Amino acid sequence: MAKRIDVSDLDIYYGNFKAVEGVNVSIEPRSITALIGPSGCGKSTFLRSLNRMHEVIPGARVEGKVVIDGQDLYGSDVDPVDVRRQIGMVFQRPNPFPTMSIYDNVIAGVRLNSARMKKSDMDDLVERSLKGANLWTEVKDRLNRPGSGLSGGQQQRLCIARAIAVQPEVLLMDEPCSALDPISTLAIEDLMTELKEQFTIVIVTHNMQQAARVSESTGFFNLNGVGQPGRLIEFNPTEKIFSNPDQKATEDYISGRFG
Amino acid sequence: MTTTSAPPATPRPKRRPGDRIFAGSAKGAGILILVILAGVAIFLISESVPALTAPAEDVPGGEGLFSYIGPLVFGTLMAATIGLLVATPLAVAIALFITYYAPRRMAAGLGYLIDLLAAVPSIVYGFWGITWFAPRLVPFYRWLEENLGFIPLFAGPASATGRTMLTIGLVLAVMILPIISAISREVFTQVPSLHREAALALGATRWEMIKMAVLPYGKSGIIGGAMLGLGRALGETMAVAIILSGSAAGITWTLISSANPQTIAANIALQFPESTGLAVNTLIASGLALFVITLLVNMLARWVVNRRADFSGAN
Repeated sequence: MAKRIDVSDLDIYYGNFKAVEGVNVSIEPRSITALIGPSGCGKSTFLRSLNRMHEVIPGARVEGKVVIDGQDLYGSDVDPVDVRRQIGMVFQRPNPFPTMSIYDNVIAGVRLNSARMKKSDMDDLVERSLKGANLWTEVKDRLNRPGSGLSGGQQQRLCIARAIAVQPEVLLMDEPCSALDPISTLAIEDLMTELKEQFTIVIVTHNMQQAARVSESTGFFNLNGVGQPGRLIEFNPTEKIFSNPDQKATEDYISGRFG
Repeated sequence: MTTTSAPPATPRPKRRPGDRIFAGSAKGAGILILVILAGVAIFLISESVPALTAPAEDVPGGEGLFSYIGPLVFGTLMAATIGLLVATPLAVAIALFITYYAPRRMAAGLGYLIDLLAAVPSIVYGFWGITWFAPRLVPFYRWLEENLGFIPLFAGPASATGRTMLTIGLVLAVMILPIISAISREVFTQVPSLHREAALALGATRWEMIKMAVLPYGKSGIIGGAMLGLGRALGETMAVAIILSGSAAGITWTLISSANPQTIAANIALQFPESTGLAVNTLIASGLALFVITLLVNMLARWVVNRRADFSGAN
């Protein structure tokens, strides 16, 4: 299920503003790739361009190629809706649907695919997804309660369960732990390590320890100045980035001598 | 160990004058609402007592209070229900179009236009209804009578003037459309982008996103808007008084004939100038009935909204 992502010469625009420039990278399947960099450097924008979520903002567009398993995501005949069904996303702030129960939240994506499912199959899927997100034991007795009644960390794991319930090929995570306490963060990091057995995971994080702990590869984004497009400065195995980076800018950033 | 120590002095929170003034005026405003409501209720009840206790033959119509008010209540509910049933889906659709489908510049213009419609006085709608709308509905009523006449609602004879219950329902729909859609639009724009993006990221199309995130979130707002609209429809006086010819026909289900029950508000407006004595009390009793209907409808709406308060998204 996990797929390789090849990005070549990707420029991302918001209207006339070039937000990200010239990204070339290839992301390995069944691994965790971390994207780090200062705020506003375009790493979230880049992440959202991987499942065409940035297009939600009017005027956003890309030039270049994003190829997943031989298929260009930005081909003229590709529907962004289909792309997003293959590539799941977890957001910075937990966002379960407040009007739905925990159960309905998990199968929300499956319902969209409009395949009629038997009740027992749905029950199985909900249990499997919640177990996959390490949330089952905590919520199995209150599946019909609203998802918004859970704690922040539980809500985020509910969102992960919702994302993996549709069996995506890639899981994108946009600072998934930045609104969580250290214990919930640890729970999510453990979960990511388990999930990479099945999924290709790309995570944006401001927490460099987190990038060092969980990821195999790390990309460092930076920009030369305000109003300039962000660029991928360096992309290397995480160990190398944090011990002996190729670029001076990377070293300055991770050692705190930035700016 | 029975040493009695001085009770620990609980620190009194400092009361600042600004806080006190604000709390006092807010409390006063809250109480004022209750006082006004109670005053209206007391007036209505005490003034309608003579009509409630009068012998049946003294009440206008000569058959007692309930057979006088009954058709009026029926007419009021009928006209308001038609108006609400027609207006609500349309208003929600308009609000959705403005918030999620229309190009931004067009959306702003449309929103302004809708607000403008809400400000048109009801007498204007009444004139429009009787001089322009009603005659144009006549062929449509004939068609309904010929093709759907077996349904009691569309039983003939179709009105030749178009001044029917269905016409007034449709005019009321036009009248309450702006307020429902203005309020719906307001709640739709407040749906957190977080929830909309959650749906889109799961691969929802725009319509699926609206079904998953926007409509459930906006449900209580839509109901609130519909209730405001219903309040206006129930109490609408002039437009109804002009259009419905006022042939007190009693309770009849047909919507397209010229024999129609009046509505409470229109009946009061038409009868009041020429009434004295017990007739006035009777009219006030019908006003009391309208008051009770409005109260019940609002309680019902509140109950519907609160039934799933846990899932409202407010927490």
